[in-house]
Amino acid sequence: MGEVVARAAIYRRLVGARVRAEFQYRVSFAATVVSQCAATVLDMVAIVVLFTHVPVLAGWTLPEALFLYATSAVCFGLSDVLVGPAGKVNWFIKFGWFDRVLIRPLGTLGQLACDEFALRRIGKLIQPLVVLAIALATVPVDWTPLRVAAVPVLIASGTALFGGLWVLAGSASFWTLESQEVAHTFTYGGSYLTQYPLDVVSGWLRRVVVVVPLAFVNYLPAAWLLGKPEFVGVGRWAPVLSPLVAGCVVALAGLSWRTGVRHYRSTGS
Amino acid sequence: MSGEHGVRATQAGHGVRATQAAIVLEDVTKEFVVRRRVGRVRRERTVVRAVESLSLTIGEGEMVGYIGPNGAGKSTTIKMLTGILVPARGTVRVGGLDPQRHRIATTRRVGVVFGQRSQLWWDLPLRDSFDLLRWVYRVAAERHRANLAAFVDLLDLGPFLDTPVRQLSLGQRMRGEITAALLHDPAMLYLDEPTIGLDVMSKARVRDFLTAVNRDRGTTVVLTTHDLDDVEQLCSRLVVIDRGRILHDGTVAEVRARFAPYRTLVVDLVDERARLALPNAVVVRSEGRRRWVRFHRDEASAAQVVAAIVAVADIVDLSVEEPDIEEVVRDMYLAGATA
Repeated sequence: MGEVVARAAIYRRLVGARVRAEFQYRVSFAATVVSQCAATVLDMVAIVVLFTHVPVLAGWTLPEALFLYATSAVCFGLSDVLVGPAGKVNWFIKFGWFDRVLIRPLGTLGQLACDEFALRRIGKLIQPLVVLAIALATVPVDWTPLRVAAVPVLIASGTALFGGLWVLAGSASFWTLESQEVAHTFTYGGSYLTQYPLDVVSGWLRRVVVVVPLAFVNYLPAAWLLGKPEFVGVGRWAPVLSPLVAGCVVALAGLSWRTGVRHYRSTGS
Repeated sequence: MSGEHGVRATQAGHGVRATQAAIVLEDVTKEFVVRRRVGRVRRERTVVRAVESLSLTIGEGEMVGYIGPNGAGKSTTIKMLTGILVPARGTVRVGGLDPQRHRIATTRRVGVVFGQRSQLWWDLPLRDSFDLLRWVYRVAAERHRANLAAFVDLLDLGPFLDTPVRQLSLGQRMRGEITAALLHDPAMLYLDEPTIGLDVMSKARVRDFLTAVNRDRGTTVVLTTHDLDDVEQLCSRLVVIDRGRILHDGTVAEVRARFAPYRTLVVDLVDERARLALPNAVVVRSEGRRRWVRFHRDEASAAQVVAAIVAVADIVDLSVEEPDIEEVVRDMYLAGATA
């Protein structure tokens, strides 16, 4: 326990140092936050425009679709704030900065996440949080205590799932730096896909989103919460299944990261 | 001698003292696979051996110059001694620890300065980097304060402690880097090109400081450099490496004796037309009244050569030139290349 507290104190200081450094460039900080905020607004506008043409999309109404959009964007934004640098480890390797991580008495992943923490990434979170509040107020749900509790569980496990995908994508660059484009179809691509009801995808892509496992980020728990039929057929297990799957993905990500670091130390590339 | 584990006697500064091996490399090989694109999809795979069957033992409190041309394997060795890289074969021990298996424990005993890369927080005042490192390495507040005060005094960091690192001059930053590497009292200090790009004043300051740290704290120092003045002024021991192999391991004087047996006596004569025919030396250059006279260090002493000159001509002034170590090392590489 003492060890955990001591480590938290170190990481808190590393994060604090980054935030202080960011505030050295106030204009740049504000500009990034505003532009990221604007970019996320555009994502939402696309969905709203879609619903001016169709009243229902694959069985989902506008408030329900906005709930999906908001949960996806919040989970993605949070995971980016928490472990985003792990997905960009190829840059650190390329410029030799990863060596600096290895010469310090701290874990590599935690160090990277904290020492490269960027508060400006919260720009991606502001607008989705507003939309989430609106969606929660407008979706036709009978808010039983269980359903209320399911919302934070959904956010936490969705964030963990995306975080795991970041780390998995980053781990790939320990083997080859050119893998990043492919790896990020799962992170950025996953973020885009989960903004829509997955019922719109069909055939093989349905199998992909279950295996990858993007369907567990928000689609399945949201379908359960909103009483929608879903194509996977997990029924009432959805709210407990997502945290379980998230746990597995995080474990897998941790393992692949460790293996990646070991590979890096034996090849130096 | 190399590869010996236990206690041994070594000449270190003021007399003989028993020391433990601080760093042991035993038969270490490290190779990299380099993939090169040939044509559209085909790739050529070549194995580059950065370090080959390297054995080296460095005693506690020793100060070793580790030199070699680019790509000789210097940085690879330093990275293996730090735990950044793991050897393909062979054993590495740093302070008795295996850096491969105990990376984190090793980092606590080791300080590293990479001349080309900063380990300071770029946008924050220098002071903040030191404070963060205190947390990262979990140094007790009192110990940290004492160390920092000592380093600030020795390296004269006071005037720029509150300046953001990005605004420091190269010399100031390097002093900051060295301090950052030493704040956790490491037993080992590795410096990769610590004086690169520094002006004469900054170099002198860094060298004086390293001498003091080695003497007062007993820190084992391994220094890779292109600047042979660094080695001459700092290190009693010189290890020369080329293409992953050790070419020489000994004192700077030994390198000279082995690879540069000739010394040069420079004399200014009274009469510029005087002819010098000497039994133990050869005139290699002559310019006005000045003569450069070369002799073998085993065959004659400087005094004998001077005596021989004085016997045939009057001299105004004289000096003895040792061979430039840079040339000596270049000769060693060439000898190694043809061998």
